[in-house]
Amino acid sequence: MIVNEQTTGSSKTMSSYLAPLVKQIPPSGIRKFFDLVGDNKDIITLGVGEPDFVTPWHMREACVYSLERGMTSYTSNAGMPKLREAISHYLDTQFDTKYDPKDEIIVTVGGSEAIDLALRALIVPGDEILIPEPSYVAYSPIASIGGGVPVGVETYAKDQFKVTAEALEASITPKSKVVILCYPSNPTGAIMTYEDWLPIAEVIKKHDLIVIADEIYAELTYNQKHVSFASIPDMKDRTILVSGFSKAFAMTGWRIGYMCGHPELIAAMLKIHQYTVMCAPAMGQVAALEALTNGLGEKDRMVESYNQRRRLIVQGFREIGLDCHEPQGAFYAFPSIQKTGLNSDLFAERLLTENKVAAVPGNVFGPQGEGFLRCSYATSVSQLNEALERIGNFVYKVQKEG
Amino acid sequence: MKELNDLQLKVLDLLKEDARRTPALLSTLLGESEDHIKAAVAQLEQDHVIVKYATVVNWSKIDDEKVTALIEVQITPERGRGFEGIAERIYLYPQVKSVYLMSGAYDLLVEVEGGNLREVANFVSEKLSPIDSVLSTKTNFILKKYKQDGIIFEDHQEDNRLMISP
Repeated sequence: MIVNEQTTGSSKTMSSYLAPLVKQIPPSGIRKFFDLVGDNKDIITLGVGEPDFVTPWHMREACVYSLERGMTSYTSNAGMPKLREAISHYLDTQFDTKYDPKDEIIVTVGGSEAIDLALRALIVPGDEILIPEPSYVAYSPIASIGGGVPVGVETYAKDQFKVTAEALEASITPKSKVVILCYPSNPTGAIMTYEDWLPIAEVIKKHDLIVIADEIYAELTYNQKHVSFASIPDMKDRTILVSGFSKAFAMTGWRIGYMCGHPELIAAMLKIHQYTVMCAPAMGQVAALEALTNGLGEKDRMVESYNQRRRLIVQGFREIGLDCHEPQGAFYAFPSIQKTGLNSDLFAERLLTENKVAAVPGNVFGPQGEGFLRCSYATSVSQLNEALERIGNFVYKVQKEG
Repeated sequence: MKELNDLQLKVLDLLKEDARRTPALLSTLLGESEDHIKAAVAQLEQDHVIVKYATVVNWSKIDDEKVTALIEVQITPERGRGFEGIAERIYLYPQVKSVYLMSGAYDLLVEVEGGNLREVANFVSEKLSPIDSVLSTKTNFILKKYKQDGIIFEDHQEDNRLMISP
């Protein structure tokens, strides 16, 4: 049922103009929850998917200086050559993946545009897009907008939410074309090791699939180095690597991301990019170049700080009595709330209204997330301690209710 | 020079941010046993790497405002002792908060704190300037502190992030 449908003055309703594909996409569950929060200042939020650090000053200053010098023009469609060279060097030295800055890299408006470009360039209506779940909220809707059919691949807490070759293969049909792999994972914090990737790569090769590897959290791993899917033998040519500056360099608002892949795929995606956004914002590209040139020390300090908070929040949940697998990447804990008998929506809603802690219900990230809660630990130690105390009080109260 | 291990360096970083952090909290944050943390702190204290646990006070927020001056002092070094003896004579005064030997246009930078301008001026004219080896002094009063020990005093940066985001 359509509520408050506005008419156009003719007999047609406004919504009747909309493309059916767009109409059928449900609004983001996160958005719905965001509206509940309102402007309440007493709330401690564990709901944010972004760093609590401000972009380091020298990156902001590089941008300001570029503006003073009048660098306000378009850049090359694919991004400033110097930035692409820096990205190429960075990926090579940090993650053992080599891409030619001339024709294998596009600088995008955040990682989100990169994922959209990749899916739009690949999908033919009816193609199936395999997405390990729980997953980042945007993959499935973007796939649907492109006419694709998103297919969830189940992952489980008992496997540390890693995707398995068996589960992937069981989801494959003749229509399967693309797999979206997001590790370190939003929302679970799961990572994949080299050994974990090998059987996945076999399945992908066997079924001739293309991979979109969203590695936006690549820098945020805690006990071992991130293994890029493109670095697995024979996988580079069938992988579109997506990343960006938002998470590692605390640059979410700048909207600078990038994608790397086979020159033919990149050329196709560049066509869509140049006819839609033209190029990523020049000032953001300047700041991103500064980040790669002089910002690696700050990045390491931020990662160390996340690691400390990660230990604090995981121990805190376990002390409260909630099962919590140990996230090895990103900045989210994903505790199970099944013991409380409440579903994810009700738990999150009551926690927010009764004990003033905002966290995201796990089912927002797909059916596999039901029974869990996504808690970002990108917030100060004192706020985390306070949030854990409030969550503990809430769980105790719920358990007493029986 | 003491060479600190990784744990000691991390403990120092965390205590520098907030000296009130307990061994239990440090143990959780660093993933080390509480005993290891206590031992690391004890060693740092014993080696005088941690000298004191102090509070950074923004005096301008309260009526009991203090006056701080940075005094550039030129001196003639003493035979055999260089600057050490004069530096010691100066830093023993309780109103002297810090003394640094400097390269450049002057020799010692002396930080002096007093209840008001007159107190500081009296200290300079009655105690510091009359010392035989002192050739000249130049007193700079601090008018406002924006940042001290890495802490920005007027920093009221709010968390502008959305309460919930992807």
